[in-house]
Parts: sequence; C-alpha cells; structure tokens
Amino acid sequence: MTFLEFDAVRKHYGDHEVLAGVDLSIEKHQVVTLIGASGSGKSTLLRCVNALESITSGQIRLDGDVVSGPGVDLNALRRRAGMVFQSFNLFPHMTVRENITLAPRKVLGLSRAEAEARADELLERVGLAERAHYHPDQLSGGQQQRAAIVRSLAMDPEVVLLDEITSALDPELVAEVLSIVRELARDGMTMMLATHEMGFAREVSDLVVFLEKGVILEQGPPEQVLVDPVEPRTREFLRAVAA
Amino acid sequence: MTSVRTGEAPAVAGASRLSPPPRSLALSVAALAVPLLLLVWAGLLGTVAARPTPDELSVTGLVFGLAASLAALGIAWYAARGLQLALAAGRQDAAGERLEARALSSRSRRHSFGALSSSLALALVLMTVMVLTANQAKIITTFFNVDYMVRSAENIVRAFGLNIFIAVISMAFVLVFGLVLAVVRMVPGEGARPLRALAIAYIDGFRAIPSIIVLYLIGFGLPLAGLPFFAGLPQAWYAIIALTLTYSAYVAEIYRAGIEAVHPSQVGASRSLGMSYGLTLRHVVLPQAVRAVIPPLLSAFIALQKDTALVSIIGAVDAFSQAKFFASSNFNLSSVAVVAALFVLITIPQARLVDWLLARGAARRARRTR
Repeated sequence: MTFLEFDAVRKHYGDHEVLAGVDLSIEKHQVVTLIGASGSGKSTLLRCVNALESITSGQIRLDGDVVSGPGVDLNALRRRAGMVFQSFNLFPHMTVRENITLAPRKVLGLSRAEAEARADELLERVGLAERAHYHPDQLSGGQQQRAAIVRSLAMDPEVVLLDEITSALDPELVAEVLSIVRELARDGMTMMLATHEMGFAREVSDLVVFLEKGVILEQGPPEQVLVDPVEPRTREFLRAVAA
Repeated sequence: MTSVRTGEAPAVAGASRLSPPPRSLALSVAALAVPLLLLVWAGLLGTVAARPTPDELSVTGLVFGLAASLAALGIAWYAARGLQLALAAGRQDAAGERLEARALSSRSRRHSFGALSSSLALALVLMTVMVLTANQAKIITTFFNVDYMVRSAENIVRAFGLNIFIAVISMAFVLVFGLVLAVVRMVPGEGARPLRALAIAYIDGFRAIPSIIVLYLIGFGLPLAGLPFFAGLPQAWYAIIALTLTYSAYVAEIYRAGIEAVHPSQVGASRSLGMSYGLTLRHVVLPQAVRAVIPPLLSAFIALQKDTALVSIIGAVDAFSQAKFFASSNFNLSSVAVVAALFVLITIPQARLVDWLLARGAARRARRTR
C-alpha cells in the first residue's frame, strides 16, 4: 500500500523551476534513493516532504493525509518525517545528549529521565554512548552525523529523510555513517535518501529514482536503474559518477 | 635548476638571481637622528624645569629632565645598533652574501622602526609635559591639586554609589526590555506587521533622541504630569527609567544582530524536529545569539554606566554633582578629576574583559572550523 505519494509536484523559485512535475509512490518500509546531478532537485524534493520548502502546485500525501498546501500542521508533520542534513546541523551550544533529548521533551512531552534513557539507548546502538556529554565541536564529522541521525530517530518518525548525509564527511568516515543507515533499513524504517554513494544505493535501496532537471527520468529496482538503465542520460550520469 | 643544466658555478649564479635585501641604511640614519633631536629637546626642557626661577631648584623638574634625557639616549643607542647592522648588511651584500645581507638588513629595520616608534611616544610625553607646565603649571594645579582631590574624595566616592545603583538596576531592565524589543521586531508572518512596525518605531525613536533629553523629559515631566505612581518617585528612579528607555533601543539592535548571525540551518534543524517557532527561538536561537553578543552588550553597558553622570541635571546627588559642588566653591576642578578617575577605574577592567571575551570567541570559532 502506498505510504508516501507525490502527485504532479512542482516547485518554482521565481522563474526557475526546481521540480517540474514529480510523481512518485513509496511504500512503507521501503528505502528509496534519489540520484542525479547537483541541482537536479533531489534535496528540494526531500525538503518538500517535511515542508521545509513549500511546493508551488501538486500534492504530497503521507499515509493518506494531504501534507502539502496551506493549513497543514507543520509541527505535527515534522514529528512524523524526520530529517538528517548534509552538514549535521547539531546545536553547538548543547551536548550530544541535550541535542537528542530537546525535542522529545519539549514536543512529545517526555520527562527528562524518559528522554535520556531513550537517547542513551540509541547512542549505544550507534556506538556513541561514551560521547553523550561531548559538545558537537569535540566530535569527528562521522560522530556528529551519527548523533544527528539519533536526534531524528529519537522523535520516532514514520519516515526519515536523509539529505546527502555523507557528502560533508572525510572518506574514511563515510562507512560508519552508512552502516547505521543499513541497519535502519534492515529494521524496516521507511527512508528517502539523496546520495552520491552508488555502491551503497545499490546495496540498500528498494527503489532508485534518477532525477534530472526536476523530473524523474527513470525509476526502478537498483539492479535495473544502476546496472542496466533504459535512459541514455542515466547511463551517462552513472558513467560520469564512476569515473 | 638552470645552473645545473648550463653548468655555471652555483654560488655566482645564485647571487645574481637572488633579489636584493630590503633597504635599511637611510632608515637607520633617520632613526638615529630623531632620538638625538629629542635628547636636545629633553635637555632644554629639563634645564628650564629644574630651575623655574633663577634661585630655585625644582627636584621634580630635575628628575623629569634627567629621565627624559636618559630615555632619549637609550633610544639613540638602540638606533645606533640598527645603523651598525645596516652597514654590515651593505658589506655582506657587496661580498655577494645576499642571504646574510637580507637577514642583517631585516634586523636593522626592526631596530629602526622600534627606535622611531619609541621616539614618537617620548615626543608626545614631552609635549604633554610642556602643555601641563605652561603658565607656571596652572593646568596641573587646576585639575590635579592633590589637596583638593583628597578633601573631596570621600564625599564623591560615597555619592558614586548612586551612579552604581542606577547603572546596575538600569542594566537589568535593559537586558530584559531590549530582548523583548528585538524578539517583537523579528516576529514572523504577515499578521505581525503592525507589531514589528511598532518595535521599529520605538527603536528608531529612542536611538535618535539624545539620552540627556530623555532624562530631562522624564525627570521633570513625570512629576509635572502628576501620574499617581510615577510622580512621587525618587530622582534616581527617573534616571533608571530614562536610561532603560534609551539603552533598550540600542541593546535591541545588538540582540538582533546576534539573532541574525545564527545560521538558518540551525532553525531548519530545529523546525524539522517538530519544534515550533517559539520553542526554536527559546532553545536554539536565543542561547546562541546571546552568547555571541556578550562583548557588544558589555560595551553598551559601559556607555550606560558613564551616562549615569547625567542625573546631575535633574538634581540627583551623584558623584558628578557632588564634585561640581566642590569645584564651584573652590574655583578648582580637581574634584571633577576624581569623578573621572572613578569612571576610569570601573570601566577599564570591563573593557579588558570585553577584549578577552572577543579573543576567546575568535579562538573558539577557529577551533570549530578546523
């Protein structure tokens, strides 16, 4: 059954059309990977899901509920759709644990003890239990990104949006972040991710979507889109990325 | 590289290809001449100061003259070393030792610049002394008569307590009211436009009116208007109200700069966790903004503290009005110098603190972007 649905989604910045009519259906527990060149609209599409960007026309539905357009309860929507950013965006004035417990306490109304117990459990899972009391600037990029993933998971989201989460990392730190995403996929988390890591996309995705100039040129299972694409543009892009 | 290919002797090829050392000779000659001129000036000034009248010997004048001459001599000696180095650099250069010549030349220039800047400082001291001692040292006795200073000090220091009281209470109010203004000014949304306009009008208005006029209007206006609560307040509280009104406008702008300096991605991260605008402001934006603006806030507060001296115009007995009382009864301004000294005393540690905080902040940002 369709869980997250894009229906003719368009997005303009003035005259510039970033999304030019996107139709896409995602099922629960699916991992969907967006690939495409910079400026193809991957990030914008992700940011439209949790309404960090508003769409110009079309409709986005989450579990049957329309979550685009005016009058949507944005705070409620964002509780359901968590997001992890390329540049981590941890709060620099808080420790890792405070970063993670802030929203559960203030938004979900958890007590400090409940929130901290949950944060510590999640930190344990990503191997950061020892770093709970550190400030972000005392951590490596990989550790910061793992903490940022935990921060979004602590809200118990129904879908997680991952926006090029390894692009700002030194190459040797990419693996530790991807292994967490792999684990989440195994646990059945619904995820949408924009990435340039083609090998990882092939391994973890249920559906790969190739975007170009704001439209979906091709979509399908990874072994088809990434190995034997139909569209010449997709083939060209994959060759460029592999080089 | 080329020397290897063409087979030239490396030393000769190297010397011709090395760019020349920085020029140091003319500079070192000038750097020596200036302190020697100062030595003559200091000597003349010292001779006059030591013998104000033909049959009187001033010990202070003598000591000053000797000290100034010695200082000029010391600078000249340092400059002479610079000249020596410059000459040595010339010899080495002539001998084809370019690198050696460069090192000597650069040391010579360090000596010359050091001598010139010390000379400038000494010249300023000499000039100041000349101004102060002119007209039989009238300036010194008018502003720095130790006897008057000591006699007025106790009363002035006691009255200075009022300045501190006004400053501390005003600062507490300003801290809160300024933040309210800044936040109101930045409330988002179409509907809040009138609210924002109101805050902007307030901030513009109170930054435009001189604080002495606000104080005058409040201090004399509120009692005249006869408002139930405000008419009977002590003078100090009119000063607190006036300073709070004025400085909140400035501080609101400082807060605003801090809020705008918080990167939008921080807001994006907070909002995507389902935190509302208010929660984001309270827990994510303001804590970072306030930390960033502590140095400029302290600077604004130093200005506020100094403006507490304005209360004398509405008749409150602060340190300045106390000093004016002494000054007018003695026709001497030494008591006012005491007030000035008190303000210097409380301001300089704060100024140093601001610098220290700024340096620490810069170091922290460097660490973060590492």
